[in-house]
Amino acid sequence: MLPWSAVLATFWPVDTGPRVVFAAMTSALVAASNLTKRFGTFTAVDSVDFVVNEGEAFGFLGPNGAGKSSTMRMIGAVSPVTEGSLRVFGMDPARDGPAIRARLGVVPQEDNLDNELPVEENLLIYGRYFDLPRRELRPRIDELLGFAQLTERRTSKVEALSGGMKRRLTIARSLINDPDLILLDEPTTGLDPQARHLLWDRLYRLKREGVTLIITTHYMDEAEQLCDRLVVMDKGAIVAEGSPGQLIAAHSTREVVELRFAGGALETTVDKLDGVAKRVEELPDRVLLYTDDGDTAVAAVHERGVFPESVLVRRSTLEDVFLRLTGRMLID
Amino acid sequence: MATPAAIRYMETEARAYLRTWRGSAITTFLNPVLYLAALGVGLGTLVDRGAGTATVGDIAYVTYLAPGLLAATAMQIATVDSSYPVMARMKWIKTYEAALSTPLRPLDLVLGHFAWATIRVAMTTIVFALVMTMFGAATPAAALRVQLPAILTGLVFATLVTAYTAQLENVYGLSSMFRFAVIPMFLFSGTFFPIGQLPGWLQPVAYITPLWHGVELTRSAALGVASAWQPSLHTAYLVALIGVGAWLAIRTFTKRLTK
Repeated sequence: MLPWSAVLATFWPVDTGPRVVFAAMTSALVAASNLTKRFGTFTAVDSVDFVVNEGEAFGFLGPNGAGKSSTMRMIGAVSPVTEGSLRVFGMDPARDGPAIRARLGVVPQEDNLDNELPVEENLLIYGRYFDLPRRELRPRIDELLGFAQLTERRTSKVEALSGGMKRRLTIARSLINDPDLILLDEPTTGLDPQARHLLWDRLYRLKREGVTLIITTHYMDEAEQLCDRLVVMDKGAIVAEGSPGQLIAAHSTREVVELRFAGGALETTVDKLDGVAKRVEELPDRVLLYTDDGDTAVAAVHERGVFPESVLVRRSTLEDVFLRLTGRMLID
Repeated sequence: MATPAAIRYMETEARAYLRTWRGSAITTFLNPVLYLAALGVGLGTLVDRGAGTATVGDIAYVTYLAPGLLAATAMQIATVDSSYPVMARMKWIKTYEAALSTPLRPLDLVLGHFAWATIRVAMTTIVFALVMTMFGAATPAAALRVQLPAILTGLVFATLVTAYTAQLENVYGLSSMFRFAVIPMFLFSGTFFPIGQLPGWLQPVAYITPLWHGVELTRSAALGVASAWQPSLHTAYLVALIGVGAWLAIRTFTKRLTK
């Protein structure tokens, strides 16, 4: 939908610069078409198209080396685009890098906090990079330390913080400029479950406040929890796109039955399961039946005289989609 | 009023320094005291008794040595500050990467670093010059006159060493630099004795080293004697090196950090 003020502004670009007008005219915060990144002869991102809308939590899902981080670095106006077009806030990263970065919050894959400075000074100097005045920064830092549950550690050295605390500080730091868009590159990799849930809680809060999030992850539960819409990337290309529910509907079944067999019994029984579900996948230790009705499938299995050691009916997850699309082979 | 981006980045390095300033302040004062006492006064007494005085220009050895040592100290401080810390920010703690997620550009990081390096060198040369006057090796006026040439010398090393460090893949390149460039320069660029004492074939090598030009300029400013070349030639050489070093540093930072 086009706001009338924006339409008017195109004819009367009074105080707003031309860039602001352009940004207001598109509802997309990020728009990429044929976006490509090459390092020498290696193509990291291979002609991808996607749009991220305001207020959305958008995910890039994919195995290591799929091109997620390279895409993020291009959106972050740090890494130059090799080919294709990319607009962030309606601006061109090649030309308006500093102006784009002024409105971004970036949480990198690896913490890059300043070990030489205490917690609160990490936030202060970062705020100064955005040219925010000190008197504005002081209350903002108090607020962010509270948000990240680090108020008691404000004068601690960064080195002394746990992995989860460092991650929270990195997220707090990314919020210092009150960004319109936050880029999170594998935000919870390497954290324990408690730390992950605390972090997810913080990200929900941001989302509720209307902040647009772009998240890369290879954790399916994270993508299901956080993302409204996501794309699955593999070998630099986008192989699927949609909401978690849509992706499951399109690329998997509603339910999955996991059958486990005592040693050796698997080989002899798997042939008997032919046609019992939409898809039957044989793994070294178990057989997966992809079906819309798990209980009916289990009954059918028993009818054929097959009695596995254990039977588990579960809902299909993004992980099933992910493995279907990107394969079970280990990627190094 | 917007603060220039480079100055906003400089604050980071200044804050990191302030966390450890006590230790560094002591060495800043103690080093010249120890060197001037041991070499200038201790060894200098022997030099002054022998044929040395004539060679260094009919002045006490400590007076000859002090400005040379000042230029060499400027080199040392600038080199240390632009080597391991730059590598750490580039590769280990990756704070450059963090800074480049903000409106800052690689250029701002390089210029901010040079700005702080200049201040650091100046703090050192001021303390050093005070110690020189304590030892009677310089008049207060001379202590003032040596500031600019010494700071210029430091800035040459800040820019060149930053450019060199920025393209290194690992830390071994830094130990080689100290072993094969910094220490030989410290010893053989006219700091302790005129390069006329070197074997003839080695003298042209000394002409290339930035430290020799820095020492010549600083010493002539301190003693009010003529330098080996025209002061403007020494200065032009040092300024040209600063230009080359700064250009290379900005280029390497940009290439490496915005792949």
